[in-house]
This record gives sequence, structure tokens and C-alpha cells, in this order.
Amino acid sequence: MSLIRKFSRRALVASGAAFSAAIGLAACAPPGSDGGDASAPLTGDPTCGEDAVVLSAYFETGFPLARALTDEFTRQYPNITFDIREDQFAVITQNAPRTLQDSPPDLMRLPQMSELATDGLLLDLDPYAEAFGWDAWPASQLEQMRVAEDGSRGDGPLYAMGLGYSMTGVFYNKELGAQIGMAEPPATLEEFDGYLAAARDAGITPVAQFNGGATGGLAFPLQALMASYGDTAAVNDWIFQKPGADIDTPENLAAAGHLAGWIDEGYFTDDVNSMDYSQMMSRFVEGESLFMFNGDWESGNLDAQMPGGAGFFLMPPLEAGGAIGAMSAPNTYGIAATAEHAECAAFFLNWAATDEQARTIGVETGGSHPMGPADGFMPEVAEDSVTAATLAAGATVSEADGAMDFIANATGSIYAQSWTPNLQKLVAGEQTPEGLLESVQADYESQVGD
Amino acid sequence: MPAPASTASPPGSGGTARSRPGVRARRRRVGGSLLAYALIAPAALFYSFFVLRPIVASAQYSLYDWNGVTTATWAGIDNYVAVLSEPKLVGAIGNAFELILYFSVVPVGIALFAANLIRSIAASRLATAARTVLFIPQVIPLVAAGIIWSWQLSSDGLVNQILRSVGLDAAARAWLGDFDTALPAVGVIGAWVQVGLCLVLILAGMTRIDASLYEAARIDGAGPVREFFSITLPGVRQEIAVCATVTVISALASFDIVYVATQGGPGDSTLVPGLQIFYLAFFEREIGTASAFSIVLMALVIAVVLPLQRLLRGRES
Repeated sequence: MSLIRKFSRRALVASGAAFSAAIGLAACAPPGSDGGDASAPLTGDPTCGEDAVVLSAYFETGFPLARALTDEFTRQYPNITFDIREDQFAVITQNAPRTLQDSPPDLMRLPQMSELATDGLLLDLDPYAEAFGWDAWPASQLEQMRVAEDGSRGDGPLYAMGLGYSMTGVFYNKELGAQIGMAEPPATLEEFDGYLAAARDAGITPVAQFNGGATGGLAFPLQALMASYGDTAAVNDWIFQKPGADIDTPENLAAAGHLAGWIDEGYFTDDVNSMDYSQMMSRFVEGESLFMFNGDWESGNLDAQMPGGAGFFLMPPLEAGGAIGAMSAPNTYGIAATAEHAECAAFFLNWAATDEQARTIGVETGGSHPMGPADGFMPEVAEDSVTAATLAAGATVSEADGAMDFIANATGSIYAQSWTPNLQKLVAGEQTPEGLLESVQADYESQVGD
Repeated sequence: MPAPASTASPPGSGGTARSRPGVRARRRRVGGSLLAYALIAPAALFYSFFVLRPIVASAQYSLYDWNGVTTATWAGIDNYVAVLSEPKLVGAIGNAFELILYFSVVPVGIALFAANLIRSIAASRLATAARTVLFIPQVIPLVAAGIIWSWQLSSDGLVNQILRSVGLDAAARAWLGDFDTALPAVGVIGAWVQVGLCLVLILAGMTRIDASLYEAARIDGAGPVREFFSITLPGVRQEIAVCATVTVISALASFDIVYVATQGGPGDSTLVPGLQIFYLAFFEREIGTASAFSIVLMALVIAVVLPLQRLLRGRES
């Protein structure tokens, strides 16, 4: 036995030594590093050049627009090809910092970008904006993608571009609407309430909305109600992390109270807290629910799956003709700070917003409004299609200056960690409208304070 | 930890050295242990690089406030204070302990019962069939199990269809979307998966029990219940210990099933430490707090499993 004991003591000493060596190696410095800025100076008009270039791209699965644009781009500029990697948005969110740091893509779909920008991981696009004349476009298109040094958005250098911008509102099933006598979309919130009640009384599911897992889809109607009750600029200030911004305002409380009222009235399905996005889509497409709070990225899809059967309207104001607003955000794509082909990537982003063919793809494949000048080319769209309805609504919103970013984009984790659990609790009667806003504001302050 | 060291020594080397004392033997002993080190070196290398180094790195990160990219700042024990004081994180630990009931107690109980039944019909084909059916969940990847069950537990799923078909409409609900039933529903998925493993282990243990013990007991007039408690249960004590250890760890460190079935929702009702560590590290980018939480989780697992081992293995070990 003595040998075994001796041996094991020696092994212990050896493994102890290995262990402390590992500690010693790891502990000599705090982890992390401050990467240097590598924004190359810009000379002349940015182009992709004549040489063969492979742009590395990191896109979102399930949204064919980006890939369709790259195909068209390669057709027009055969020397440029793309090496595309795709992931679900949640995965991109998790990977973004490390990917931008370790294998910087030339083009990347971006999640909430405050921290990515302040950590120096994204390329400042202002030199390109100037060179391409993006500063002549409506300023509201780009302001969501400007990040100041303190991480607040709305001002500061431009860190991303959109491949079109999306907008949300209310989709409705025209056939079910006709059954309850809804010939026209509601003009006031009260009218909308009436239709919801009529649908429920007629045995039609008023709204099938996703709110399960880590994605609280009731944030869509909540934010739409915020636009009906209050000023979209105040909500935007909160999302952009402007100093002193507070989500817990009387107007927003009224909106949350209104949503709680809908829950109490039974306008949402019983299983709203376990429904995911795809279940919501399939129920709406199958004609199992009258309304759905969702965005124009589904317009093309709905036109294909229920042609002429779906309509779209913006959440109506309190009084007819009142201020209108909607969640509207660019589908942000950025360039890594140390990307190899930054100039060509920027050229691609400009092309996507200005080329006629690219804008057509943006509308037909993406279903959303392309970025670019206010008088930019727009393709013809069938009149009774949902796409036409969402494009028209988009024009209304930008005329009314009612666009706001998504309340889920205020910080990287506010959606999964704060809005979603609190909205789920609201459904279950375990949270009050007051408590919902207080709790979200508290989480927001602790996250922004970091 | 004498056990790993003694198993790592080459077979026979200790015995040879001990039986032949003297210079030659000593030389051989030195050579033998060098050989031993050479043999364990590759494994030790991988082990230290992929297991020890990450643990040490986590311990180090847990003392910093770090977003994963820029230079970290020293935080001392702040992260640990946060882990042990934030109601959300403490709640996650509480949920993990509740899962022990479903992931460990229930499967071990069911497996014991089923194994006992199967043993009594061991010769028939039914026994093979039963064994296979109960073990299949072990073969299915956890993610697939989570998806299958989230369909079955959905509002139009199989569970509710059965309830409605027997007139229990009032009991039907979205099991994974209800604050009161979400955690037990996740637990059911876990129990379903774990039963197979426990069953196979316990059955194997039962085959080792000397059949003459049962014969003797029967002659003494013992019934099946008495047989079970006096012979079977003590006979498979080791296997139960292994089962309990493995399943308790899987409960405390659960991630996949919860991530697929509920992602911690609704609210935080199914949030478990593994999931919260993932959210902290990859969504909130609080690498420090996430590391501190994982160190706390590791300590918790050890604190639960060590006494459990002592308790279940008893004097035998």
C-alpha cells in the first residue's frame, strides 16, 4: 500500500504543480484587450476594384433578402463573390463580439449595437456616408445606427447601414374581418377595441400572438399602444439610452394598462405564454386568428401564402386623425473594424440602397422599404397586396415622423431578461402594468449604468 | 484523491515492486513509474488543457468585471455577492433543487419498481420489450426529447387531447406556458429521459444478487414486498448511488431540456443556473458574473453529491 500512497502523493504534487502553473499562466494579467482602431483613410470614390475579391459575410437565417442581394451583386460585378455564413439571430447575438474580434467579417447582420460600437468592434462608416452622399437621405433613416461614445444612440458616428428598414403594425385576415363587419381598418383605438370584442363574441380568436420562451411578442402591441397614447420621441430617447430617459411614464402606463385590459378581456389565446413565432404565423395563415401584431418582413410571405387574404394597418390613434407611430428599424448590417475588404463592403451597402434592381429585390423579397433617398426608385406592387399596404403605411409613418426603434433594442439583454419575463407575468396576472414598467426601468438602469 | 492515481498506475507494477525488494527492483520501480507518467501524460495534458485550465480561467474571470472583449477591471468578490443576493439568480438555484425531485427521485423510484417487475418476468419476451421501451429515451438526444415533449405538452398536444377525451377539459392547459405547471412539466421530460439509465443500471445490479438469497427468503416465508426491501434494495445500493449521483448532477446542471422547452419562461419560473449562466455570458455579456455563478454551481454540485455518495454508499466504499 505504501507505494500506492507514495505514488498518489507524487501524482497529487504533480497535478498540484500543473494546476498552479495553469493559474499562474492565467492570472498574470486581467483578461481582454483594447483593440486598436484600423479605419483606413479613404482616398477617392470607394469601389470594389477590378480584382477578384471574396467578401466574407455573416447573415441571419430565415431572411432570404441578404443572400438575394449578394447574388444580384455578383451578377452585376462578377469579380466579387461572397463567402456567406448564416445563423439564427439569437446565435448572432451571442457570437457578435467574438466574431467581430477574432474573425472579422466584411459584412455582418448586427444585433443591438451600442456595446459593439463602444468596444471598438465596428467600423465608423461616416467617411463612406460622406463619399456616397448618404447624408443627403432623410436623417431619421440613419440616426438609429449612430452611436455616441457613451453608448447612447441617435447621435455620433455611423456604425451600420440597413438593407431596407422594417416596420410593424397590425395584420388582419380580410375574410374573418368581413364576418364581424370590419370593412375598413379601425380609425381609432376605441373602434379597434370594438372589433376585438366583436371577434371574441363571434367565437373568432381575436389575436394569436407569440409570447413564449425568451421572446415576448406582446412587446409589439405594447409598443404600438405606447405610440397611440404618447409621443414616439420619448420612447426613442429611452431606447437610445439618452440620459435620464424613463419608460415608466403616465402615457406608457396607460398603454400597459390598455394591454392588460385586452388580456383580461380574453383577446389573446390561452396559450399565449407558450406560443412561439412560427406557431403564431401558421395560425394566422391558416385563418385561425383575426389579428396579428407583426412586421412587414412577412409581407412577401403573406402575399404568397394567402394572396389577397391579408390586410395591414397601423395601430390607430386615440382620436381619429391623431398622432400615429410605429416601430420601424433598419435591418442593420455593419462592417467589422478590422475587416479586410471594408471599402468593397461599403460599396455593396450603398449599391443595395441605390441600385434599381437591388431596390426591387428589397421590396419583393424583403417586403420592406429600401434605404436611400426619399425620391428613390420604387418597383410596381400589386394594389391589393399586403406589401402595397405596408409600403403605404411606411410612407404614412415617415410623413408623420412617427418611427421609433423597437423597445427590445434598448440594451443587449433587456428583451430576453426583462420585457419578456415581465410580459409573461402580466399575462399570468402575476405582474401589474405599474410593476411591469418599474421593473423594466430598474433593469434598464442597472444595464445602462455599466 | 487516491483513486484516480492508483487506477492510473500500470497494472502489475505495484505488485512486482513489492514482491522483489532490492536495487534491481527499485530501478524497475523508477522505470515503471516513469512509464506510468508517460502513459498518463497525453490524457493529463488534454485534461489540464480542456478541463483544469477553463476552471481556473473561470475562477479568475469571476473576480473581474469583464464584457469579454475590452480590458477587464478588478471586481473582487462583487460578482459572488451578486450571485448570492439577486433574487433572480437565487430563484434559479431554487428551481434547480426542485428539479432534483423530477430528475432524480422520481426516475430512481420508477426504475426500481420497473426493474423489480422486469426481474420477476426476466425469462419472458415481455421483459426484453419493456427494457427496450424504457431505455429508448436515453438514446434520443436531449434536444429532440425537449422538442417532442414541448409538442405533446402544447395546448393542442397529445397530453391535452387525452385529458379532453376523458372529459377533463378543465385540466387541459398550455403546460409549458403556465407559471404553476411549467417547472413540473419540464421535470416530466427529465424524468422520462432519466428512467432508462436508472433502469438499466439497477437491472444490471439485480442480476448480480445471488438467487439462493431469494430462495432462502421464500423458505422463511417472505413475501415479494419483504424480499424487495430485505434483499433487492440492499443488493442494488451501489447502483442506486450511481444513479442518484448522475441524475442529481443532471438536475443541478440542467440546460438543454429547459433551453429547448421553455428557455426559462414563462417569467423566470423555469430558470435554472445553467441557463442563466448562458444568458449572463452571451446576452448580457457579464462574463464575470457568469463565471462566478458557474463556480458557485460547481461548488453546489460538489456540496450535494459528496454527502450523497457517503450516505448511499455507506460503509461499503
